[in-house]
Amino acid sequence: MLSIFAQADIPDIQWLPLIPHVVMAGAAVVLLTIVSVAGRWLPRWFPAAWTVAAGLAVLATAIPVWIRAWQEGPHSVVAGSIGVDGFSVFIIVLLACTVVLTALVVDGFLHRESLDGPAFYVLLMLSATGGITMASANNLIVLFLGLEILSLAVYVLVAMHLRRAESQEAGIKYFVLGAFASAFLLYGIALVYGATGSLNLIGIEGALRTNDLSDNGLLLAGMAMLLVGFGFKVAAVPFHAWTPDVYQGAPSPVVSYMAAGVKAAGFAALLRVFFAGFGEVADEWQPVVFGLAIASLAVGSLMAIVQTDVKRILAYSSISHAGFILVGVQAATHDGVASVLFYLAAYAAMAIGSFAVVTVVSGPGDEGTALDNLRGLASRRPLLAAAFTVLLLSQAGIPFTAGFWAKFEVITAAVDARSFWLAVIAMLAAVVAAFLYLRIVVAMFLDAPDPDAPRLTIPRGPAVAITIVVLFTLAFGIYPEPLLNLAEDALLSISLTAH
Amino acid sequence: MGGSTVLPVIIFLPLVGAAAIALIAPSRSMVLKPVAVATSAATGALTLWLMAAFDKNDGDFQFTQLTEWIGSAGISWHVGVDGISLFLVVLTGVLFPLAIVACDPPHDAKAYYIWLLVLETGCLGVFLSLDLVLFFLFFEVVLIPMYFLIGSWGHDNRKYAATKFFLFTMLGSALMLVGMLTLALLAKDYSDTGEITFNLIELANSAGELPTITARWIFLSFALAFAVKVPIFPVHTWLPDAHTEAPTAGSVILAGVMLKLGTYGLVRFGLYLFPEASRYFAPLLFTLGVIGILYGAVVATMQRDLKRLVAYSSVAHLGFIVLGIFSINTEGIEGGLLQMVNHGLSTGALFLLVGFIYERRHTRQISEMIGLQKAAPVLAAVFTVVMLSSVGLPGLNGFVGEFLILAGAFVAHRWWAVVAAAGVILAALYLLWAYQRVFHGTPDDANRSMPDLNWQEKLVMVPLVGLIVFLGVYPKPVIERMEPAVTALIEHMEQVEGFESPTVDNRPTGSFNELRTLTDDYGSDEGEGH
Repeated sequence: MLSIFAQADIPDIQWLPLIPHVVMAGAAVVLLTIVSVAGRWLPRWFPAAWTVAAGLAVLATAIPVWIRAWQEGPHSVVAGSIGVDGFSVFIIVLLACTVVLTALVVDGFLHRESLDGPAFYVLLMLSATGGITMASANNLIVLFLGLEILSLAVYVLVAMHLRRAESQEAGIKYFVLGAFASAFLLYGIALVYGATGSLNLIGIEGALRTNDLSDNGLLLAGMAMLLVGFGFKVAAVPFHAWTPDVYQGAPSPVVSYMAAGVKAAGFAALLRVFFAGFGEVADEWQPVVFGLAIASLAVGSLMAIVQTDVKRILAYSSISHAGFILVGVQAATHDGVASVLFYLAAYAAMAIGSFAVVTVVSGPGDEGTALDNLRGLASRRPLLAAAFTVLLLSQAGIPFTAGFWAKFEVITAAVDARSFWLAVIAMLAAVVAAFLYLRIVVAMFLDAPDPDAPRLTIPRGPAVAITIVVLFTLAFGIYPEPLLNLAEDALLSISLTAH
Repeated sequence: MGGSTVLPVIIFLPLVGAAAIALIAPSRSMVLKPVAVATSAATGALTLWLMAAFDKNDGDFQFTQLTEWIGSAGISWHVGVDGISLFLVVLTGVLFPLAIVACDPPHDAKAYYIWLLVLETGCLGVFLSLDLVLFFLFFEVVLIPMYFLIGSWGHDNRKYAATKFFLFTMLGSALMLVGMLTLALLAKDYSDTGEITFNLIELANSAGELPTITARWIFLSFALAFAVKVPIFPVHTWLPDAHTEAPTAGSVILAGVMLKLGTYGLVRFGLYLFPEASRYFAPLLFTLGVIGILYGAVVATMQRDLKRLVAYSSVAHLGFIVLGIFSINTEGIEGGLLQMVNHGLSTGALFLLVGFIYERRHTRQISEMIGLQKAAPVLAAVFTVVMLSSVGLPGLNGFVGEFLILAGAFVAHRWWAVVAAAGVILAALYLLWAYQRVFHGTPDDANRSMPDLNWQEKLVMVPLVGLIVFLGVYPKPVIERMEPAVTALIEHMEQVEGFESPTVDNRPTGSFNELRTLTDDYGSDEGEGH
């Protein structure tokens, strides 16, 4: 313990890894201040531009952290509660990109819905701050704080569309169920503390290494409750019940962020705690994750088939994707972690792009999200339809898209860990899921357009965002090596000191 | 980076054409077709050059190119051609320009030509890939152009057919991906370097070291994917729908080229990578092949829709090819390979002819057509030749292939060959009967005025009929190029597994007369090689 405090006395080293957190949170607070003081003189696009700049600034500040993690190896700072490793930097970069892209999508949306104002962007950045904290927390309390910061902001974001009852309803639903999940998580933390005597992942890992706690009821119950909490955040079956309703009710750009950002943060925390913290007792939690993965894959892809609302289809498909990512988690190997990171990055691109298209198509009031609204989109807006098709095919895991390599990596990790049957089930679920993406493609390309359909305008922000994610999807679909290497270098390992 | 660059040029030339078409302004839509024809014809010319430059005495891969692509995952850009893939590449190169010339799309010409050319790149990539992942990528990606071709330009029930086609094929290949990864990861443990690789040749060389049971499971995952694509009974149900609903060019490519992706895969990735498992499961597969021959023939006889009849005839013909491949001897495999080309030519031509009739009569119902011979004598004459080739009439290409297959199968599994031979008779039954109903008789008012083939359609049929006759009379150039590769494959299997391929002493070296002497030798060789 002494060494921890000894290290905590060196503040000039410790601030560096915290800069991304500070920049993201600071940008949110400063934006709120600027707009409340000088709001009337600022152009309408100012909050969006500010948020994009903040996201890019976080990207820039992540670089020195990455270099430091690379040079000194993974280590922890601030009394061992914040991890400095490639894994956390990868997620931070991913979240920053998510914030930038979501801000671009939100811009046109708020204007269309007459919801202009800074609140949306402030909450977005605050939520991302929570996500960044979750991704780098090596202490369960810090992790919980991150999760709450992330969640509280998202609860409000979901209910942000003031004139839509569905949005309000979704907000309440998400809040009540989310509060339950947080309670589970907190109780789990308490039980794990009781079993291992530590709240710090390094301490927990040490306790598990030196003592055989594999049949300790307290620890097992604690781990189970933690899984419930994380399972809720990443929308894994059976903790998924909120997903379709909330995705359908929430403003479409918020769903972009939820599917890409919140899921990434949830999986980051899950991996940190279970792979790095509970790695010693992987045999105990792997079967449970195995079950969650199969349930998510099956329910996600099968339930999506009977939906008629695009947002609900994509909600169920996000559950199925969570199942796929859990396949990588279940492997409990470094390759598995790398595959999860790659999958999260690829999925973030597809999810943001897909919901950006939904945002554009849904029209005033954010109501036009039925499959019928996409009918004949190819003849009305050929480029938009083509972009959406690329993103959907990527979700289906068709070659020469990033989504293919995401599935490829996850399946490789599963096969390498000798989980053949899980790999087989995952691929079968992918085929079922392909059907629902095809349904959307059929609607866009093969169905005749509705002659009364209003003319679609595509604001510049979403257009830029969609272009970026489509290029990302295709570029890394054809040559995935750089991203694969990055994911493999983003080593997740916790230790107190640099080596 | 090393080796010949001709294969990448062949693979990507159609893609370049597709990109060029994408850039053509809508106001200049009249140049769409010329560009598509020119690109695919240039690709076809290159494949013909490839055939001429091919060293016929070399059983190994030629024109290979190997360069690292995704190094960390052991995936490389590795292409090459041997006697097994050569003629499928040529077939692809020949059929695409003909299909593009023959049929004009009723709407959205630009997208139509783009998808066709993308499809050609995908098909060529499948035949030329020597890396498992690269192969898989091409194998999967061909689904998308075909999906859109069926879905956008197909007949009434096109959405259903397109989706069914996509999902069936994807289901098969989903498991193949798991099998592929398992194979590569297990082979890594046995390899000297300890590095993962998806290089086909390296994996084949370590093929004998896999545990037998594991290899059999992995083989099954591959075989299922190919069985769906071929399609082998009972996973053939997507085929009649897809073929019938597809636009004419789509049917031609689907039957002519895409079905061969499956049979080619069985040879290249089934036999080559899993010699023991192939032999272990051979009885299952050739039995299914024989069932397919009979089932396809019987169901084809019952069809009222001419296009559907041709589609079911494919099930029967592909059954023959599977029977030949899983005889696992030189005659059978060569016959199977030759029959792949033959089926591509004759069924491709049949779909074209059915398409021509449909464009004139706007129906595919056999009962609504009568006496077309009087109205369209040239069409009828061409149809006769093509149909007889499909039946397997001596002197036309179908006979040579079926004969070799039956010869190989007879040596390996006599009674299956006997039953399969009955399929030849059934083929004559359903095709001749269909011909009789459609072309003979006195035409009624609707059929009397049907125009004959125009010059463009005649132009397309000339090379097809020419090849059908040429390969029937003189198949030697094809067989002698296949032979070294097939012999090498058999030797590889024998060496890995230590079995002796069932064979006859006198191998056919190609010419028709030599084939005839083969029959005479059966009596003296009976009882050997079992």
